[in-house]
Amino acid sequence: MSEKKTKRRDFLFTATTAVGAVGAAAVVWPMIDQMNPDASVKALASTEVDVSALTPGNTLTVLWRGKPVFIRRRTQEEIDEARSVKMEDLIHPEKDEDRAKNPEWLVMLGVCTHLGCVPLNDKGDYNGWFCPCHGSHYDTSGRIRKGPAPWNMEVPKYEFVDANTIKIG
Amino acid sequence: MSDHDYRPKSKVGQWFNDRLPLLTLANHLTDYPTPKNLNYWWTFGGILTFCLITQIVTGLTLAMHYIAHADMAFESVEHIMRDVNYGWLIRYIHANGASMFFLAVYIHIFRSLFYGSYKSPREIIWILGIIIYLLMMAAAFMGYVLPWGQMSFWGATVITNLFSAIPLVGEGIVTWLWGGYSVDNPTLTRFFTLHYLIPFLILGLVVLHIWALHVPGNNNPVGIDIKKPSKDTVPFHPYIVIKDGFALLMFMIVFAFFVFYAPNILGHADNYIEANPMVTPAHIVPEWYLLPFYAILRSVPDKLLGVVAMLSAILILAVLPWLDTSKIRSAVFRPLYKQFYWILVADVLILGYVGAMPAEGLYLLIARVATAYYFLHFLVILPVLGFKEKTLPVPLSITEPVLGGSPNLAAARNKESKIE
Repeated sequence: MSEKKTKRRDFLFTATTAVGAVGAAAVVWPMIDQMNPDASVKALASTEVDVSALTPGNTLTVLWRGKPVFIRRRTQEEIDEARSVKMEDLIHPEKDEDRAKNPEWLVMLGVCTHLGCVPLNDKGDYNGWFCPCHGSHYDTSGRIRKGPAPWNMEVPKYEFVDANTIKIG
Repeated sequence: MSDHDYRPKSKVGQWFNDRLPLLTLANHLTDYPTPKNLNYWWTFGGILTFCLITQIVTGLTLAMHYIAHADMAFESVEHIMRDVNYGWLIRYIHANGASMFFLAVYIHIFRSLFYGSYKSPREIIWILGIIIYLLMMAAAFMGYVLPWGQMSFWGATVITNLFSAIPLVGEGIVTWLWGGYSVDNPTLTRFFTLHYLIPFLILGLVVLHIWALHVPGNNNPVGIDIKKPSKDTVPFHPYIVIKDGFALLMFMIVFAFFVFYAPNILGHADNYIEANPMVTPAHIVPEWYLLPFYAILRSVPDKLLGVVAMLSAILILAVLPWLDTSKIRSAVFRPLYKQFYWILVADVLILGYVGAMPAEGLYLLIARVATAYYFLHFLVILPVLGFKEKTLPVPLSITEPVLGGSPNLAAARNKESKIE
């Protein structure tokens, strides 16, 4: 076999393989992406909640994107407790001022950041939430204080549409 | 092998076999030389095949009545239980069949561990087996989600959230698995599809598993290489067929006990409450066969490391043939290994027990010690033991010690009687 002929074949093999790989990837991607959230799921992006009936010291749980959202109207004690915590005591340091812009209202996903269970209200060593699944304790700002969860409970995008209505998402 | 000499007696058989040698295959399977000292621990391969077929047949029938939709799944299962003719029976066989399948596979795996069946030249059989075991766990987990009860929903949430431990891409992977922002209808429909697919993948792997087995032939309680065919072997049919059949009957008695007398004892009452994304059950526990790994997951205080430890606990089995440095297969001739083997059995049972208990206080401590020991067994004890252990003399054949021809007669006979 001559040297020249071998090189020509090599080029053809490489070119064919490359085109084949691109073609395969172009077919595989739609097969993978079809599993991502579809348009109808994405369409449920925001929800409005009437919070007028909520009294201090109580929590309203609403469903947003299939996940529970805790809306807590905090008492002054809870706010003071959350704001007096030193940053160095926190596993995932976040100021309460940043988590609750309006200190009376704490809005966050009621989803434990460990493995996704719904933590229980007014439980645990820090007077906030306690996850029954694997024992994570959250404080009155929803911050992780003890247990396997790595982060604080997530604060979603939300705003007060008027004094009594919160729009989540 | 003698298979190649096989020629069907009839003209038609010859004509067919020349074109598709199915009769040669059938002849190979019936004549397949099997060590004559196989004990009842070797009957679980046949039992497992029965379990797989049972799950496929009952699963197909259930799929004719089940509706994979978040709004209707729970009701359709109740419909199967109350309205469908013999629906209760088929569903109870399928649900308990999963547990029976795992019971048999654990015995099968621990038999391999005792008699060193994973060692050369049977590594590929062993690795195929581990892949089958992994697929079984995936199939069982997804099947448990389908009734869309509280345990279904929250089990699915917790297990899929394991992937969120992966740095950077974890959250994206979880959303992709769910097809949404939480476990919901898209999750249910894809789990149903995969739950339907996996048993057939397992079936294909079982064929490879048996094919790979038929190359070197069965290991045996003495763990030595034997000549095939020879005085040390008997043909698979009728000897092993009858023995396997008898063991299968015994197994079916246990199976029937659960199906008819305690069909819900292995399940959780919470799964008869329809899935509710707002409330997590007070105590989430996986099915019994996953408990040891669940205990390992919970014993590590870090999320990512917990997931890594749990996966490693399973995947470490795949490299077992290279972690065990001893050339002697059977624990019968390994006095130290035999003791460590039983400690491992106890360790896994303890892990299973604490996996069902709340992860706090003494339970957590026990789980941590047992987890550490599990890895110690495979990563330290087994490699070291191969070099340090003084093994007992191994007989030259299965037949010789019995007939008195072996120089190791006394040792072999002594040890043989001990295992009974």
